[in-house]
Amino acid sequence: MTLHDLYLLSPEIALAGVAMLVIVLDLFVSRKGVLPVVGMAGIAISVLFSASLWGDLQSQPSGQMSGVFGTLAVDRFGLFFKFLLAVAAALVLLMSVSYTERFRRFQGEFYGLMLLATSGMMLLASATELISIYVALELTALPMAALAAFLRDSRSAESGMKFLILSAISSAVLLYGMVFIYGYTGTTSLAEIAAVTGALLDAGYLDPLAAFGDSKALLFGIALVIAGFGFKISSVPFQFWAPDVYEGAPTPVTAFLSVASKAAGFAVILRVFYVSFPVEAMSQHWAAIFAILSVLSMTFGNLVAIRQDNIKRMLAYSTIAHAGYVMVGLAAVATRVSSGQADVGASGALFYLGGYVATNLTAFAVIVAVSNRIGSDRIDDYAGMSRRGPLLAATMAFAMISLTGIPPTIGFMSKVYLFGAAVNANLEWLAIAGMVNSVISAYYYLRVIKVMYLREPSDGSSVASDTATGIALTFTASATLLFGVYPAPLIDFARSAATALGV
Amino acid sequence: MFNGWLTLAVFLPIGAALLIALLGSSAARVKVFAAIASLAELVIALAIFLSYDTSEGAERYQLIDRVAGWIPVETFEVQYFLAVDGLSAPLVLLTGLLGLVAVYASWSVEHRAREYFVWLLALQGAVMGVFTSLDFLMFFLFWELELIPMFFLISIWGSGRREYSAMKFLIFTILGSAFMLVGILILFFTVGSFDMTQMPALVRQFSGAIPALPVFALLFAAFAVKLPIWPLHTWLPDAHTDAPTAASVMLAGVLLKMGAYGMFRIGEMFPDVLRDVSWLLACAGVVNILYGAAVVLRQTDMKRLIAFSSISHMGFVVLGLSSAVGAAGAVSPVGLTGASLQMFTHGAITGLLFLLVGYVYERAHTRHIPDLGGLAGRMPLLAAAMLVAGLASLGLPSTAGFVSEIHVFLGTFPVWGWLTALGAFGVVLTAGYILWMLQRVMLGPLNPRFADLRDATPLELVPVAALVIAIMVVGIFPATITDVFSTGIQPIVEALQLDLALGRQ
Repeated sequence: MTLHDLYLLSPEIALAGVAMLVIVLDLFVSRKGVLPVVGMAGIAISVLFSASLWGDLQSQPSGQMSGVFGTLAVDRFGLFFKFLLAVAAALVLLMSVSYTERFRRFQGEFYGLMLLATSGMMLLASATELISIYVALELTALPMAALAAFLRDSRSAESGMKFLILSAISSAVLLYGMVFIYGYTGTTSLAEIAAVTGALLDAGYLDPLAAFGDSKALLFGIALVIAGFGFKISSVPFQFWAPDVYEGAPTPVTAFLSVASKAAGFAVILRVFYVSFPVEAMSQHWAAIFAILSVLSMTFGNLVAIRQDNIKRMLAYSTIAHAGYVMVGLAAVATRVSSGQADVGASGALFYLGGYVATNLTAFAVIVAVSNRIGSDRIDDYAGMSRRGPLLAATMAFAMISLTGIPPTIGFMSKVYLFGAAVNANLEWLAIAGMVNSVISAYYYLRVIKVMYLREPSDGSSVASDTATGIALTFTASATLLFGVYPAPLIDFARSAATALGV
Repeated sequence: MFNGWLTLAVFLPIGAALLIALLGSSAARVKVFAAIASLAELVIALAIFLSYDTSEGAERYQLIDRVAGWIPVETFEVQYFLAVDGLSAPLVLLTGLLGLVAVYASWSVEHRAREYFVWLLALQGAVMGVFTSLDFLMFFLFWELELIPMFFLISIWGSGRREYSAMKFLIFTILGSAFMLVGILILFFTVGSFDMTQMPALVRQFSGAIPALPVFALLFAAFAVKLPIWPLHTWLPDAHTDAPTAASVMLAGVLLKMGAYGMFRIGEMFPDVLRDVSWLLACAGVVNILYGAAVVLRQTDMKRLIAFSSISHMGFVVLGLSSAVGAAGAVSPVGLTGASLQMFTHGAITGLLFLLVGYVYERAHTRHIPDLGGLAGRMPLLAAAMLVAGLASLGLPSTAGFVSEIHVFLGTFPVWGWLTALGAFGVVLTAGYILWMLQRVMLGPLNPRFADLRDATPLELVPVAALVIAIMVVGIFPATITDVFSTGIQPIVEALQLDLALGRQ
């Protein structure tokens, strides 16, 4: 462990340190408004360290700085996610300011756990070795389970319990899969796994035609790893926890789960599969698995979302569907034309995740603002919102339009880009399946708009957001619009991150 | 190159909509502002149309607004590219004209007036964008952008089962565009460009790599829903019937033309496929004509009647398009001219009919034909306008409807003899239902309920007069429009000829 290793870990360490500080500070200060400010400062420090690392990368010809005994790599890919996660955490913190007033106690712990989870997610995006991935995953999951139970009513308790148990099971499955991979290759380092399997392939030990060759152990291990990660990203058939957990957890926590946890899950999936199993003989197979999971997730999520009355539950199913959309990017590993477009699948997934963070946090910020005022998450209680809170209703409608994928939003641009990746990989059927799914999703997203704009309000009291949530909303809604009209910077960012994977 | 006119035409209504949304005050002020904006838009559209140079040797694409690197990513190279050619210039004029008509037709809207005009103007801007975008992704963006305004217009200000109709309109349209997007993406990832002006040449160049028929079918699906072609039409009667007058005017007048316009564009890109499926198009056109007309005969709601007549009349566009390649291998532009002109004339005529029905409904509060009668005595001016619109719709010589339909028949008959004859029977049916409607609504004994209805006010007559003039001018001097359309369809004719020549080798 050298100083340089600490520097490489500095974004995570900053967050973890400030998390502790917030918890301790909670004991001494009576004005709890200080806590989120300190939390924001911690995120800002973490972003500054990330930016500094990004700057240092410019002078690295390999585009990578690895350290901590080879378990950690700082590259553009990891930093893309660190920025994304930091932004998501900051926005969720803003939304939590007024929401946490209902807790009375343990506000410091709420912010502290949130920061710790973020730090775990950041670590997940940079880990390059199976054991560190597992540890980072636990660092993410445990604080999230505590956060989900934070409301301490029966639903919230159920939510936390469910998350804890199911995430433990999925970790076990993941670990079991990792064991097989280790047993087959004799290493836990992602890059060495690639080297070993590559060498075996060259030596003719792995027969490309007989899915992963002579031994089915590697295939089995990969399948188990996909199952373990599938839980994190709430992909069908590992999605069953999502609706209950989303509905019961405090809304900011739900928001955080739906964007940050998902983004981190995809980060680790992309890294593991692109770095460890990049050979075409293998990527074909895992890409096919992701293609199938993608269709299942999209279709299941969208169809079940139609019948939901609770907006958080509806967004839980919507998030399952969106996991399916992102997996289109994972499935799109092949390329149709030139090598210049090889990164379109991975960068499509990253670009889509960026857009999803902006859009979904917009929706959740509105839900927080509304539930703070009317104390309900039922879609029917949004009736007449266009008159009770015109600005909130318009923002919510905009978020729904973006989630559907209708311009002028980032949801539109990222969907077009991502399905372009599918077409580029000769997966036209997947692109069609995705587009037909967004037609289905239009039905329930627009239902929210219909309720807000066409139904009479049950009472005339006005609904407005508090300042902090308002700031978060302004930020997310502008990002949704701006990147919807001018997506080039975000696409470029995503592409430079994707190329760091060696695509 | 940046000319600015088309950018102005697209973003003036959108900008006006944003201004109203952000600053709008009283309903009266919003209306005046919307009227001024749409009048300015009409002037711009007229200027664009008149400035289009049809002379020999003139550039095909004019008034170009082009910024090469809107999204300068090599995996996703999108440009900002607006221009008009002979095909789109008249449609720009039509959009400007009907945009103004729609605003005037909405003068009596009091319910949530501010939002209403926001959506109406946004709709106009989006349609303008569809007709002028020549980058495929941008075209698709505007194509989708039009959905939400229309959804709101129908579902908030409509009548009857408005929510159902609005949702049905939206779901049908985006289901179609889902397929279109995949088609566009296949094109992009094969030829490496979204540029619609280069596309015909690029498709020819990469002809081995492009699955032409599937791509054509994917793109065609979206246009067929929009046109609409039977059996994808079922959203149209519902949407039309339940939409407010102005939305009906826009829907029938310009939104359906988006489908027809798209068919022309992909016809030029895939001349070989167009030739192969032309018999299918001819059948689809005739089915549309006859099905629409036959169903009209059973309608008792005036709006529903005009809605189904739209299906019938849009069938002529498809029929005309199918006649481009003759059976003998000769390429004839006559049917294409008729089809393109039919887009314009149907837009003007049906826009006028919906407008007049809207006026009648505002006064009588019913559109049920058996309840009406003898209105001509109470409102002679409206009755006269309705007569003009009706006669133009059934294709009376000296009106616009005659010119376009005769062109379609002249072009089609040599190619599809008996099919054309069947299609021509649609004209007889049209005469039947139009005259029958005029008789039952305007003539006969006056229902005493309607004894105190008043005629149109001068303000209400402004849009009526504008459309009547458009219909008569095109009817008497068709060259004003056909000259422009001819330059627009010339490249399609050339593409077909080239394809035939290549096929013979």
